[in-house]
Amino acid sequence: MLLSVDHVTRYRYDRPVRAVMQSHRLTPSKFDGQKVRDWTVTVSDGIPGGSFRDGAGDRVQGWMVKGPVSEVEVRVTGTVETLDLAGVLRGHREVVPPEVYLVETPATQADAAVVELAKRAAGADGALSMAHRLSELVAEAVAYKPGSTQSQTTAAEALAQGQGVCQDHAHALIACARRMGLPARYVSGYLFADAEGVPHEAAHAWAEIHVAGLGWVGFDPANRCCPDARYIRLGSGLDAQDAAPIRGVARGVVSEILDVTVAVQSLQQ
Amino acid sequence: MTQYFNEMYQGGKVRPPYARLEDWMKAMPAELRTLKQAEAEDLFRRIGITFAVYGEGGDPDRLIPFDMFPRVFTGAEWARLEKGIKQRARALNAFLVDVYQRGEIVRAGRVPSRLVYQNEAYEKAVAGIKPPKGVYSHIVGIDIVRTGPDEFFVLEDNCRTPSGVSYMLENREIMMRMFPDLFRENRIEPVDTYPEILRRTLASVAPEKCTGEPTVVLLTPGHFNSAYYEHSFLADLMGVELVEGADLFVQGEFVWMRTTEGPKKVDVIYRRIDDAFIDPLCFRPDSMLGVPGLMDVYRSGGVSICSAPGAGVADDKAVYTFVPEMVRFYLGEEPILQNVPTWQCGKADDLRYVLDNLSELVVKEVHGSGGYGMLVGPKSSKDQVESFRAKILADPGNYIAQPTLALSTTPTFVAEGVAPRHVDLRPYCLVGERIELVPGGLTRVALKEGSLVVNSSQGGGVKDTWVLAE
Repeated sequence: MLLSVDHVTRYRYDRPVRAVMQSHRLTPSKFDGQKVRDWTVTVSDGIPGGSFRDGAGDRVQGWMVKGPVSEVEVRVTGTVETLDLAGVLRGHREVVPPEVYLVETPATQADAAVVELAKRAAGADGALSMAHRLSELVAEAVAYKPGSTQSQTTAAEALAQGQGVCQDHAHALIACARRMGLPARYVSGYLFADAEGVPHEAAHAWAEIHVAGLGWVGFDPANRCCPDARYIRLGSGLDAQDAAPIRGVARGVVSEILDVTVAVQSLQQ
Repeated sequence: MTQYFNEMYQGGKVRPPYARLEDWMKAMPAELRTLKQAEAEDLFRRIGITFAVYGEGGDPDRLIPFDMFPRVFTGAEWARLEKGIKQRARALNAFLVDVYQRGEIVRAGRVPSRLVYQNEAYEKAVAGIKPPKGVYSHIVGIDIVRTGPDEFFVLEDNCRTPSGVSYMLENREIMMRMFPDLFRENRIEPVDTYPEILRRTLASVAPEKCTGEPTVVLLTPGHFNSAYYEHSFLADLMGVELVEGADLFVQGEFVWMRTTEGPKKVDVIYRRIDDAFIDPLCFRPDSMLGVPGLMDVYRSGGVSICSAPGAGVADDKAVYTFVPEMVRFYLGEEPILQNVPTWQCGKADDLRYVLDNLSELVVKEVHGSGGYGMLVGPKSSKDQVESFRAKILADPGNYIAQPTLALSTTPTFVAEGVAPRHVDLRPYCLVGERIELVPGGLTRVALKEGSLVVNSSQGGGVKDTWVLAE
């Protein structure tokens, strides 16, 4: 597919701030499933900082906006050619060993209920079918309900209340997979929603599970599928905070209002 | 009854390095000693050096007792220690470069991958990064104990930001002021070159993007930190700026320092802040101590951070066991300094030995610290030993065991005169373009009779440490 993205994030401060610092992971990953046609990230009044590809293969770019400033706009536009690789992250270069993604974080800490859920996949025949099974179990256990959770909600909390959004699905799946000894990580990106799709935000998140012999494979419990040509992958991390496309701080901030709009469209079939 | 190696007396005779000190000691009347001790304390208090060593807790404003009786090494003893310390510092750095690149030592099966990659000190954020000159740990503090004339053991490595070096410098300064004659009679190697060598070491690892004379700063968490005195002391002696996070900012590809003459580019940051706090955009988002965006500049080669983020994965208690293996693997050499023999209760053979000899051993939890969850066999009752046996059996993999070490003693001034007390040693090895070691270090002494615990929170003090010129 040929997908176009227009993603605008606007930060408004009730009083001018002295400076805004950001670290972006807003560039599509380099792997066989996607090819960038054009891609631009702009930051209003922004001064670009260091740029590099990190050990997990993500392109990271620092930004700084000199104050006083009371509004900052980050705009991402571009087009990407995508292929359906059935979720397999083929041809992605990274140096971080998969084992690193067995480590629990506060957001992905397993409690008794998570362990209980994960164990239901114990009889699976091999790592790949176990990963599929876990993804199904999480989809069944956590109903998609926008607004039911916050950005701080943990995997255990989402599972306990039985509802959440894509971030919660991803966290729950990661927590379960790690408990079963499978390295798992959080992936942030975009999703093109076609007419039949479940409603969701175009700024999307899912999980990747490492399967020996196959490598990293994406699973999206929120849509009960593996990422295909409708998905654009940006970056990964141990959890949502670690994989955030934008991390930022403002110096001298009193209160911040965040406004995000994302449009992902298909330009041709 | 355990035999302890007395560093001054052997078989009723004075060992040569201490010969002149015996005369000095005998010639000193008790009144003078009391007077001098009070003078030393007064000097320390005036300097303001009252912090707890190694963040071991206790009253931060309490003065750590200073013992005037120096601890002495011969040039030959030191030469061997120096070789061993430098060898270890090289191996630890080679290990760090390796585990953040290809992980050859793990692939070769010489170090278990779990210990490295699931270690909480492993920083995924720096994987693939090779810091300037291939150095992660620029100041390696190696804790060493002595058990015999030629027997030295490494207790622990400190690859992050080992503290206490200001004591090494101040102890010497105060001794020279109080007993100038001693420094005329004995040929003692100087330690006051440390700040200059430290500055040179830091400057030598400036990033490639830096052209011209590198600007070095010391980044402190601030005056409420227990080691703040040391931070300001070292910055002052090195002639570099002492800064807090708010004094620095990131703009473009570099880190800048606010000065009265406008922003000044910073090339090397000697940080005394933990990894978790140095950049809220990469690590803990709630940190107010760090510099937002610092890690992006570091990772794109705009600034050097000393020690490099992620260095802690080499000084973990469980990784410690494998340092001799690192020496063999990376350097192709045999380790000069030995580790304390360690039994891993997770291994069947080791477990059997530990259970058979429990009352003689020290048993620790792999991830325990601060002396909690620990058994000191010789100092425990039969009941305590037995209940600990049950704990080990329930989860053997969680325990390691070591022999109870017979720490050497050196003469120490006590209320009754002079008496042997147990000591350890922390030298500070500097690693940059070159590896350098100032002849000396920090000697800690257990002031309580019979005590093997040198921690200042438990009645430990410090001494001047001499290396005699050959």
